[in-house]
Amino acid sequence: MSSESLINCEHVSCTYGNSAVLDDVYMRVNRGEFVGVVGPSGSGKTTLLKAILGTHPVAHGSITMQPKLTLGYVPQVETVDWYFPVTVEEVIVMTRSKSSWWPRITQAERKAVRDVLDRLGIGEVANSHIRELSGGQQQRVFLARAMFRNPDILIMDEPTSGVDVRTRHEVLHLLADLHADGLTILLTTHDLNGLAAHLPRLVCLNKRVIADGNPREVLTPSVLEATYGAPMEVLEHGGMPLVVDHGRVQMRGEGK
Amino acid sequence: MLAFDLFEPYGFQFFQHGIIVATIAGALCGLLGVFVVLRGMSYIGHGLSHAVFGGAAASAVIGINFFIGAGIWGIISGVLIARVARRRVLGADAAIGVVTTASFALGLALMNRYGQASKSIEAVLFGSVLGVKVADIVAVSLVAVFALAVIIVWYRKLLFSTFDPDVAQVSGVKVSVVEVVLLSLLSLTILVTMRVIGTLLISALLVIPAAAARMTTNSFSRLLWVSPIIGAITCFVGMNLSYHLDTSASATIILLDALVFIVVYTVAGTRNRMKMASLGHV
Repeated sequence: MSSESLINCEHVSCTYGNSAVLDDVYMRVNRGEFVGVVGPSGSGKTTLLKAILGTHPVAHGSITMQPKLTLGYVPQVETVDWYFPVTVEEVIVMTRSKSSWWPRITQAERKAVRDVLDRLGIGEVANSHIRELSGGQQQRVFLARAMFRNPDILIMDEPTSGVDVRTRHEVLHLLADLHADGLTILLTTHDLNGLAAHLPRLVCLNKRVIADGNPREVLTPSVLEATYGAPMEVLEHGGMPLVVDHGRVQMRGEGK
Repeated sequence: MLAFDLFEPYGFQFFQHGIIVATIAGALCGLLGVFVVLRGMSYIGHGLSHAVFGGAAASAVIGINFFIGAGIWGIISGVLIARVARRRVLGADAAIGVVTTASFALGLALMNRYGQASKSIEAVLFGSVLGVKVADIVAVSLVAVFALAVIIVWYRKLLFSTFDPDVAQVSGVKVSVVEVVLLSLLSLTILVTMRVIGTLLISALLVIPAAAARMTTNSFSRLLWVSPIIGAITCFVGMNLSYHLDTSASATIILLDALVFIVVYTVAGTRNRMKMASLGHV
């Protein structure tokens, strides 16, 4: 793997009003890496992505990026207005807003859209309205939009949030293929077993970086308790770490 | 006899001017209304029209040209709304409420203190076809051509920043600039149409044609055609009806728009129910 640094966060702190969301975060993403950021709700995962994307101000510290770095961003699909009157093709071509003023989609763009959709296995949905797509197709369309820019790094916010098990598998395999092709990927997830455990590198975040390394080093009871503030057990299943949450609630009538 | 009756109003110059301005204004409001409806900013038309009223009053008191005074005032209000709305703790609705009602109140106070009293206030609030001049035709035509040019050249930026502002910004689109330009266009549109429609009912002309058009198509580009056509036709027919029924032009136009909306809503609802019923048999 190349050690060429694409993104370098040094002592980064961010706030919402008077409350600190990120505190002295240090993280570096090198070319070719596949990094997952995990942490509980409110731990600052999305804020870290937004700070990297430049849509949230950095209060202290600095984020430096390689010059002329092209970012491909995939937001949470739950934030998308699925009733908006656009087709898949229009959604993908939107990313050419800066480079072309011509309103109509050109033949060359149409072909490029087909190519990226075919690469992601959904070539048939180009003319569909976005509301007509299945969960897996929806995620792939927004991935295709990010890929259409030929990004140096793909940044995804909770790519498996609100999707079923089958879609999660589809997304995971797709990302693994893209990474195998050389794409650098940075994502956030709250899905420890379904997604995070499968990634080559994990960053545990709770306002600050608690741990950074491969899942075997990071997914340990002590690190998880420090990150999530609750005791967790880590088993091994099929050669991979499996996190078991001990926060079980006794239901009324149970055990009688 | 019928033909004579139908063409009778065209014998009056004020009507000729009025119907040209109203038809262009209907198309213009329909065009910009697409962005108003898709951005969930239906209240903005209402708010900006109130703000422009403040500018109209101030320009009358100061003694400067109506279009310059009210236009600058409207654009400043639009920019202020965009700035206040960016503070997410408040949101766009509160921003519109604060900026525009204050402006409207200032306009009322100025007119009470220095103005020619209630008649001019009524004309600004409800519109007056009698007051339409050649300068109004020129003004509404210029704004329509300008708005069309902006929408053609910025089509992709407008679409991207309306659909997904966060990703648009990351992709290099200056979303805040697009927002200010759109609000300025809205202010100018309100400014040049307020003489016919009046400040109180302009927001309906910005919302209803686009909302009705939205129910007829799932294509953004087609929406940009259908909505102005609905706006232009309802304004044209409404103006004629208002003459023959002896009703207010603005009220007749808006009622006709509302009727179109109800018809489209009913037809679209029936079509969807039939589609669902046919799927039920599968």
